[in-house]
Amino acid sequence: MAATKPLDVLTDPVANNNPIALQMLGICSALAVTSRMDTAVTMSICVILVVTGSNTVVSLIRSQIPSSIRIIVQMTIIASLVLIVDEILKAFAFTLAEQMTVYVSLIVTNCIVMGRAEGFAMKNDVKMSILDGLGNGIGYSAILLIVAAVRELFGSGNFFGIEILKKTADGGWYDPNGLMLLPPSAFFVIGLIIWGLRTWRPEQVEQE
Amino acid sequence: MEHFLSLFMKSVFVENLALAFFLGMCTFVAVSKNVKTAINLGAAVIVIQTITIPANNLIFRYLLQEGALSWAGYPSVDLTFVGLICYIGVIAAMVQILEMTLDRFSPTLYHTLGIFLPLLTVNCAILGGTLFMVQKEYTFTESVVYGFGSGFGWALAIAALAGIREKMKYSNVPDGLRGLGITFITVGLMALAFMAFSGIKL
Repeated sequence: MAATKPLDVLTDPVANNNPIALQMLGICSALAVTSRMDTAVTMSICVILVVTGSNTVVSLIRSQIPSSIRIIVQMTIIASLVLIVDEILKAFAFTLAEQMTVYVSLIVTNCIVMGRAEGFAMKNDVKMSILDGLGNGIGYSAILLIVAAVRELFGSGNFFGIEILKKTADGGWYDPNGLMLLPPSAFFVIGLIIWGLRTWRPEQVEQE
Repeated sequence: MEHFLSLFMKSVFVENLALAFFLGMCTFVAVSKNVKTAINLGAAVIVIQTITIPANNLIFRYLLQEGALSWAGYPSVDLTFVGLICYIGVIAAMVQILEMTLDRFSPTLYHTLGIFLPLLTVNCAILGGTLFMVQKEYTFTESVVYGFGSGFGWALAIAALAGIREKMKYSNVPDGLRGLGITFITVGLMALAFMAFSGIKL
């Protein structure tokens, strides 16, 4: 993945090298917040902000960090950024923050952030690192939003809380699929997305 | 006693960190290719959880909570907002200490755990356990039980998944699903099975 053109750095993680579907990073939070669109959108924005921010900061000071303590330095940078995002969210969107419970704080240990800081920002200049952070954030969000859209639409017949499929309980025709609201469905949806993605791009298929 | 037993069962089965809250998924999916490493990793998680959750509980109670600093003469200070940095610091430090202790007193165990030990710092199950402990306001003893129980539940889940994946070698999985895809679907089915516990009130 020696992408050198700025545009490639931005677009590569979205389809070719998706953080969730191929790099196996940041799966935890991807599953927990996807039963509704609004939490998924909030989560996406938070992750894009944190990953871009941490990539920028780490890249800026990359030549000053002694390699023996780099993990702790990166962790502190990331934790501070997440703290800021968490506080902002609690101040301006309290109900959303309540729904997402600990998962916003858990961005700290989201492997995407750490992985990109360690794997990309430590070796590349600021501009590329910002693009890489944005690209990975967007790649992550893409999967998150697809999963959330499927789960909310089929699970409760809604989209962003607005009714799309009229439910039988209200005299409509759609019988909500309760399974979609339960956590396990997230695994099935992501599994199927990976299947689709790898059928489209056969070079991503894992060899035995 | 009964209360602690039910808390233990609840944290192992009903509130299983891996299968009910999806924590520690990255490691869960990446390191479950064979049973032996999975069990070793599980053991490391149990140890770390049992140490860090009570430690963070003490820090939360006596340093961060609103009014917690009254013993030092600052009754109105509320430091909960720096909690995150403290917890992750404690976890990183504990992992480091455990690594050094093991290296000194039990080199065999140290070598079996190998690279997994330092990696535990960024395992969301560890931080997640601490955050749930703070959110549910457990007492110190409860936090010890919860720490051990949640670690045990996670270990149980990863050992089970590794067992299934070892058997999976013999089955004919469609190309696109091979590896990560089928693992996700397996974990989904396991999570469904664990949901059977969710109605149980102990």
